[in-house]
Amino acid sequence: MANAANNPMSEEDILIKEQGYDDHFHDHHHGDKYQSNFITTYIFSQDHKIIARQFLITGMIWAIIGGLMSLIFRLQLGFPAEDMAWLKPILGRWITLNEAGLGSIAPEFYYAMVTMHGTIIVFFVLTAGLSGTFSNLLIPLQVGARDMASPFLNMLSYWFFFLAGVVMFISLFLSTGPFSGGWTAYPPLSALPQASTGSGAGMTLWLISLVLFVVSVLLGGINYVTTVLNLRTKGMTMWRMPLTIWAFFVTAILGILSFPVLASGFFLLVFDRGLGTSFFLNEIYIGGQALDHVGGSPVLYQHLFWFLGHPEVYIIILPAMGLVSEVLSVHARKPIFGYKAMVYSILAIAFLSFIVWAHHMFMSGVNPFISNFFVVFTLIIAVPSAVKVFNWIATLYGGNVRFTAASLFAIGFVSMFISGGLTGIFLGNSAIDIQLHDTYFVVAHFHIVMGVAAFFGMFAGVYQWFPKMFGRFMNESLGRIHFWGTLVGAYAIFWPMHYLGMAGVPRRYYKFDVFESFGQFATMNKFITIAAIFVFALQILFVINFFYSIWKGKKMTTKNPWGASTLEWTTPINTGHGNWEGNIPTVHRWPYDYGKDGKDYISQIQPLSEGEKDGGDH
Amino acid sequence: MTALLTILCIALIAIIAIQIGKVTELASKIRGEEDMQEIVNRRNGNYSLVFMVVFLVACIISAGYYKNYMLGYGPHESASEHGKTLDSLFNITLFFTAIVFFLTQAALFYYAFKYRGARGRKPLYLPHDNKLEIIWTAIPAVVMTFLVVGGLDAWNDVMADIAPGEDFTEIEGTGYQFAWHLRYPGPDGKLGTRNFKLISGANPLGQDWTDEKNLDDLHPSEVVLPVNKKVRVRITARDVLHNFYLPHFRVKMDAVPGMPTYFIFTPTKTTEEYRQELSNYPEYQVPDPNDLEKMRWETFNYELACAELCGTGHYSMRRLVRIVSEEEYKAWLSQQQSYFLSSIRGTEDDPYKNELLDIEVKQRKLEFSDAIQKAIDATDAKEKLLRLNYVYFDAGAAKLTELSRYELDNLAESLNKYPNMTIEVGGHTDNTGDAAQNLTLSSERARAVKDYLVGKGIAASRLQAVGYGQNQPADTNDTEAGREKNRRTEFKILTQ
Repeated sequence: MANAANNPMSEEDILIKEQGYDDHFHDHHHGDKYQSNFITTYIFSQDHKIIARQFLITGMIWAIIGGLMSLIFRLQLGFPAEDMAWLKPILGRWITLNEAGLGSIAPEFYYAMVTMHGTIIVFFVLTAGLSGTFSNLLIPLQVGARDMASPFLNMLSYWFFFLAGVVMFISLFLSTGPFSGGWTAYPPLSALPQASTGSGAGMTLWLISLVLFVVSVLLGGINYVTTVLNLRTKGMTMWRMPLTIWAFFVTAILGILSFPVLASGFFLLVFDRGLGTSFFLNEIYIGGQALDHVGGSPVLYQHLFWFLGHPEVYIIILPAMGLVSEVLSVHARKPIFGYKAMVYSILAIAFLSFIVWAHHMFMSGVNPFISNFFVVFTLIIAVPSAVKVFNWIATLYGGNVRFTAASLFAIGFVSMFISGGLTGIFLGNSAIDIQLHDTYFVVAHFHIVMGVAAFFGMFAGVYQWFPKMFGRFMNESLGRIHFWGTLVGAYAIFWPMHYLGMAGVPRRYYKFDVFESFGQFATMNKFITIAAIFVFALQILFVINFFYSIWKGKKMTTKNPWGASTLEWTTPINTGHGNWEGNIPTVHRWPYDYGKDGKDYISQIQPLSEGEKDGGDH
Repeated sequence: MTALLTILCIALIAIIAIQIGKVTELASKIRGEEDMQEIVNRRNGNYSLVFMVVFLVACIISAGYYKNYMLGYGPHESASEHGKTLDSLFNITLFFTAIVFFLTQAALFYYAFKYRGARGRKPLYLPHDNKLEIIWTAIPAVVMTFLVVGGLDAWNDVMADIAPGEDFTEIEGTGYQFAWHLRYPGPDGKLGTRNFKLISGANPLGQDWTDEKNLDDLHPSEVVLPVNKKVRVRITARDVLHNFYLPHFRVKMDAVPGMPTYFIFTPTKTTEEYRQELSNYPEYQVPDPNDLEKMRWETFNYELACAELCGTGHYSMRRLVRIVSEEEYKAWLSQQQSYFLSSIRGTEDDPYKNELLDIEVKQRKLEFSDAIQKAIDATDAKEKLLRLNYVYFDAGAAKLTELSRYELDNLAESLNKYPNMTIEVGGHTDNTGDAAQNLTLSSERARAVKDYLVGKGIAASRLQAVGYGQNQPADTNDTEAGREKNRRTEFKILTQ
């Protein structure tokens, strides 16, 4: 204990020392052979906390790229007649000039941007950036483990993600452009280079990148599950785990079960593209030629894709839900309402997420009879989702809410989850989906419920655990400006899209003036684009705040700035490799003893007093 | 320039924001963290309340503002039978979700405001409440059951295929990069078979011309349908996925290569009726920006679009859709010409090159009997001279072409009908080549016709064969068109 001489031992340190579990970590601690130089400490690190930061910063870089792409296609949608020649120095030949010298965004490029925006945000930002960051950071810290079960696989998980990113990044600079057939990559469009320029080399790199990404998710997921199951500290029963850990644990299981199915779909697609097989191709005449492929089915790919694709949205939203539950409870100074109901909801949502995939395919030509089952299961998900929302609201009720950037984003998350979740009830009902499928109503729905909401969960997590990651705080005022601006701005972007969808305007249109029915919303599209630029600018503010605070932020002076009861706040301010310097703390109670018996909070390491019942046992 | 200004503005805002951040940090140092946190709590609690009110009011106002553009409201009621059910399902769902939306959003932000942190406030220790939890699990479960049952009832109804014996029109829509190709069955009411291997520039759908059902199929350039008649759209794709989307009729279905899908609907409003309804709304009583002469409601049209990403031209797959009365539909249909007859007949792809189709045989027979009847009724000798329009010979020879027999059979039939009729068959040529040879050729050709008729059982005594060579041109010999008219076989009714 380096600081022991200066600071008198706190009550908590004494508790850990006296009651904690001695795993003889100290005996090995001298001369950490895994972190002996700069490269092993900061680059090829096996420390889960460094890996978490690597995931976060990589995710942020991708988020900026993905966000910029959305601005490019929003410019096209909001200002289709405006001169885009000023973008030519950056985008080169993707800006085409007409005789009058007016520049416009090439349709191929528009579709490439739409596709890359989706792929990048879904996989690189909201899967790797969100679950990769916080599962890595919080699982060992909150269950009381020295590190992940396999730090080496954990390191590989990041580097496979990094490699996937490199391949995807390279594809952006191909002469034929990146893949442009939508993030779902439905064949035959994605299978046939003659169907679209982006389906050539761009699609090849897209597939390679995502297969690497699947490897990353699996390596990470196996680690998360193993760590949660095997490395919980003494006393940390499953029912004493924070909801964050429940969420990461279930998310990892979802990933392990569903990503391999996606990979199998990708492999079959690779075969169709390169080896002349016909898994997804049948009776195609294209480019003046009838192809030899017969007997396959494009719908099969959709089944394989959505078997991942649907759990994927929960892979994105569950970690955010976990983070929000934790942050809301800490800052409301109240236990999360209905802890067990929250856990059961997570489990129910996770189970149901595997049997609803075809609700993305009601209109894809599958037998209408089979849709009956998918409608029923889909709409059942509304019940556990509603329970979670009510529980979050009930957590605020009667609280002593401390407004921080983190808690504001958590509240914002609940608002977004309500708004976006409710529109899911329309879309999950196949009859209503006939009209709404593939319109802007869908775009509004999923952006609010799993885009904006997941980002809000992530922001809540970053503001909350930034001190744990960097020993400093992010600037709170900027954080609150970031929140209010983003909340208003995000609604300004996505709320109007409901009206577009209800008017029947289809998504993925380069421009709307070809159709009388869709061309009436120029003003609204302009408004949405301006709002998008505004929101993007605010995110830059966040990025500035983030990097500024790493070096210049207010220093952390106490171990537990938020007064939280979970284990990560019992570690030293500058948490080293191995997390606790002496013993591992032993857990005696559930993680949500806030405001109990008149005490502000009771840490999980506090033994139960005589006759006290653990708050989680109900 | 605008861009530069925008970037400058954003940069300025960023700098201001960072300064605000620094200032407030300083303030918290001066005032003390706890005091500052309490100020922040109060302020953000108020923001919560303000946001809640503004947000919920904005929702209502914006919905009201766009009401007349949206599904199920104002003028944009569904124009199809099943669409009305879907619209009402939408509205029922909207009703329930709106209640939940307003209650939960209000509670969320109101509680954030009401329970904003203050020193000395004791938070409630409320880990759970089983009764409450059971209630708010049960309520959504019941509402969901209600919505699911209603939804599935409608779904299975809408998606059911045509029942046996039901009256319907079938049409076909085929998506390709980047347009829709439409096909209607001809008078036989049936669409012919297709094979993607047969697709070519001339045969865009790969129709198999040996299948008779294909011969009368139409390829119109717009979707025209009679009102109040059930339509089954057969939906296919040629290259990649497309989606047959008729927004006003609540029709949407993927077009999948190699797997035909369908959608069945009944249009209930003609284009004209829909326009009339739009004319009642101020949004549509303004001049159309594309045609300032007319009001927007006057230029309204139903449209067919693509709703599945299919490549760079995805946004442009428009076809016009017109819903008309039964009579107008019949009139329109009768003007459409079979694609086979207009574009394939007589070309390389025509498998019936050396025979006439039943319909053509019938038509020529009618034509011939009309002509001969007219000649019989005529008194002027000139009008008793008739040209055999479809009788041809191999070039430079007296051998009748295969197809000539149809016309000669018509002639034989007439000769049988009028047993007293005698005729003179006259052969003519143009002036190319040697005149004497032309004369011989024309005699041989006339003789060939006579021989054919004799072979059909007409007494040779009723037939005279005469060759006129190039001596009686019907037109000028200076143009190819004229020469073609001069090469001919005629017959003259001598007695009747």
